[in-house]
Amino acid sequence: MTGTIFSPQMFFAIFPELFLLLIGLIIFVLDLILNKEQRKTLGWVMAFGLILDIGLSLLIAKPGTESQLIWGGMLRFDRLGFIFRMMFLFAAAITALFATNLDQLGRRGEFYILLLGSTLGMCLMASSADIIMLYLAIETTSIPLYVLAGFLKDDDKSTEAGFKYMLFGAMTSAIMLYGFSLIYGFSGTTNLYNLVTFVQQGQTSPFVLYGALSLILVGFAFKISAFPLHFWAPDVYEGAPTMISGFLSTASKAAGFSVLARVLMVSFTQLTPYWVIILAVISIATMTIGNLLALAQKNIKRLLAYSSIAHAGYALIGLVAASELGLTGLIFYLTVYIVTNLAAFGAVAVFEKTSGSSEIASFAGLSRRSPWLAIMMLVSFLSLAGMPPFGGFVIKFSVFAAAIQQGLIGLAVIAVLNSIIGLYYYLTVLKVIYLYRSEDENIPVPMSKSFVLGLSVLSIGIVLMGTVITPWFNMAQMAAKSLW
Amino acid sequence: MQFPILSFIVFTPIVAALIIFLIPENRKAEVRVAALAAATFALTLSAWAYFSYDVSVGGYQFVEQVTWLPALGISYKVGLDGMNAPLILLTGIVMFTGVLISWGIDDRPREFFTFLFILATGVFGVFVSLDLFMLFFFYEIAVFPMYLLISIWGWKETREYAAMKLTLYLFVGSVIALVGAIAMYFAAGLGTFDMLQLEHAGFSRTFQIIWFPFVFIGFGVLGGIFPFHNWSPDGHVAAPTAVSMFHAGVLMKLGAFAALRVGVMLLPEGAKVHMNWIILLTLVNVVYGAFIASVQTDFKYVIGFSSVSHMGLVLMGFATLSKEGMIGSGIQMFSHGVMTALFFAVVGMVYDQAHTREIPKLGGFRKVMPMVAIAFIVGGLVSMGMPGFSGFIAEFPIFMGVWKTHPWIAIVAAISIVITASYIIRVIGKVFYGSLPQEFVGHVHDVTVLDKIALVFLSLILITLGVFPGWMVPLVQSGVQNILRLLGGA
Repeated sequence: MTGTIFSPQMFFAIFPELFLLLIGLIIFVLDLILNKEQRKTLGWVMAFGLILDIGLSLLIAKPGTESQLIWGGMLRFDRLGFIFRMMFLFAAAITALFATNLDQLGRRGEFYILLLGSTLGMCLMASSADIIMLYLAIETTSIPLYVLAGFLKDDDKSTEAGFKYMLFGAMTSAIMLYGFSLIYGFSGTTNLYNLVTFVQQGQTSPFVLYGALSLILVGFAFKISAFPLHFWAPDVYEGAPTMISGFLSTASKAAGFSVLARVLMVSFTQLTPYWVIILAVISIATMTIGNLLALAQKNIKRLLAYSSIAHAGYALIGLVAASELGLTGLIFYLTVYIVTNLAAFGAVAVFEKTSGSSEIASFAGLSRRSPWLAIMMLVSFLSLAGMPPFGGFVIKFSVFAAAIQQGLIGLAVIAVLNSIIGLYYYLTVLKVIYLYRSEDENIPVPMSKSFVLGLSVLSIGIVLMGTVITPWFNMAQMAAKSLW
Repeated sequence: MQFPILSFIVFTPIVAALIIFLIPENRKAEVRVAALAAATFALTLSAWAYFSYDVSVGGYQFVEQVTWLPALGISYKVGLDGMNAPLILLTGIVMFTGVLISWGIDDRPREFFTFLFILATGVFGVFVSLDLFMLFFFYEIAVFPMYLLISIWGWKETREYAAMKLTLYLFVGSVIALVGAIAMYFAAGLGTFDMLQLEHAGFSRTFQIIWFPFVFIGFGVLGGIFPFHNWSPDGHVAAPTAVSMFHAGVLMKLGAFAALRVGVMLLPEGAKVHMNWIILLTLVNVVYGAFIASVQTDFKYVIGFSSVSHMGLVLMGFATLSKEGMIGSGIQMFSHGVMTALFFAVVGMVYDQAHTREIPKLGGFRKVMPMVAIAFIVGGLVSMGMPGFSGFIAEFPIFMGVWKTHPWIAIVAAISIVITASYIIRVIGKVFYGSLPQEFVGHVHDVTVLDKIALVFLSLILITLGVFPGWMVPLVQSGVQNILRLLGGA
């Protein structure tokens, strides 16, 4: 099952990645030519390039129903990976678009290059079928993100965020690598799809397998900010530039999930009873801790950080169900969640640009200052809370359904109770926006073109995903089917 | 293809909400006119649907079905039967009068009507839906605008607390019922959320007994069932007038109706087992609610607790699982909806003039606002179940049903009639009769023409139904027949 070593068609399979490199090259050149004022356009170039990339990939690089291992078994060309890659490209496009108008980010070419590098790593993560490839992809993703988190070098908090993120990241990544090395040492293979036969044979003591799997899970849990490796998220999200926090909490997290799903459900499918229990515990702890700690937050970025921890917990339900519906639910969940959370962070970034503060209290009077921005926050927060007619309701419904299908009523009930805590703090923010008055009420919140465009696309997306459900659901279902 | 009238009813408010939101902020007059136009349109459509329902044919009419998510068997399916037709009409009425009464709202009226209409879409959607997923979808759409409506435009003293309490209570109920609904979907194994098919899914008796309480109580929270009624008086009192009307008038019916449609109709065996103790809860609602109402000094709390008491009667009628009881409940949902909308409208008008709701401080309002006094008396008579008014048509069958199945409960519940009479008469006497306190002389004025239109409209409906019940009873009866078929008896 190693697959063909090389054939020219394989270039089509990695077309999105090749195009990414091209965009990077263009931006690199433009960065040299343009002066500081003109560099604002780089964000538009990048966003446009990435959207073009998505469009072209859908035309020429879309995998069929047959999945195949390519590049000597390093990558797997399937729909699961493809959908995740498109999500990452979309998230990067939105992030670049929003960054355009943020002075400290948008006028620097290296910001976009780093963002592209990280996106490239994520794309490879989603389709890698080999431990070595996987590790390289994870590092390619992470290292630019460490820099991006600490990008505002005059800001102590940002520097702290970058450093903290790097330390935790490096540590967990080392532990994960140790797990990988054990796996390779005992099985003699690095291919995820060959590993499954090795696990099935059961010649190695289960202790070793469980141990190695647990070590690997450490690295993945860090990526998706799941308990007990969630504690970096609030500090990093708070300190990092807002749009980078948005990118971390969406694309980076989804990339972690894509890898988690592939490794667990393909390579370790034999050990399902074992990891299901671990993941169930992690899922419950993650959502409960995320939600409970979110209650006490005064800063909106920290609140969104804890909320994103909680959402990782809900999404994990899809994996715990370990069924086709569960995986479909997970993919659907991440799709909607990316769009919703980007909108939330985007709206926060717009406001932060005017007010200079990300304290929840400073959002008072927003509905009088800018009714449209207030509505966009309403849409994204209610979607996060799982309210119809927004996407959040449908994804909540599908992961609950996946749990109940497997008879995991207890898990579903805990998740349901958690979603009530979630509703409480999302509503608290909306209350500040709509109810409280502030002295700055007469100061409007200007929104630049890139924000208007980005937020409109995202808001409409949230409503579309919540009402016209079928295409998204079917897409997720097809992706789920392609895993095996 | 026939005209998709139900879809028009469901989507009129939300389309109106979008249009209203596009009107520039400072054009408040245009916002109000647009809102009134939309509400009138919705009322016309709902009246049209109501009166063109053919009772002699029965069953579900005006059915529309569009696949929504075929992978899970979810479709957009709506239909009208004898149980939900009066509720559609009720929602149209309350929406129309609610807009009339909210004319004076000056703080961001655009947002107010937008949220109010989103709420209305949710309510219409639940009443007509024949698909379980769709029912939840619209049910939750009806819940969240409530939070904003109460917390932004509500009574300053308690609005934040009450709005949050209400939202969380309702959300807890709804998600717990949601778990039950998904369990039903998988247990049925039909791969569909279509309630008409799930009715014949043949759930095992054990399954029904386990899940019935989840679903019935989950929805019952919104119906104000004891001991989960606590959100309701607080919410009513904190809400602005139009929202209280919507809330007590329509939303609480939403809970009772969903409990009936999902709980009783899909899990009839479970209903038969559990109703024996649930009827005791509703008895507490009826009697305890009335007692609490009678000791309130705040005008609006009196009405708030009277709603708890009257909704208890609705649920009690369902709990008898008898023909009489359910017919009574069906009519009571409509009658109480209109009556309580009238009550809250009156309370709002009095408060707007007097700026207090403390009953001991009020008095003599008959002299300045005679129309309001008459309207309140009409509502009061309905509330007491006086013959000639709709309350009698509704409550009499309920008591008959309860008498047939649980005579002792009927006797205890009957106490509530006396208590209701006592607090209604006390309020009428204290607020509208006697002498006008000195500080109000010259400061209190009569209500506007729009307010009067709303009051007359609501009062006329109550009287018409009381004098001539023939336009509703046979309809509800046909709806009840269908439920009884599912229950296996009669």
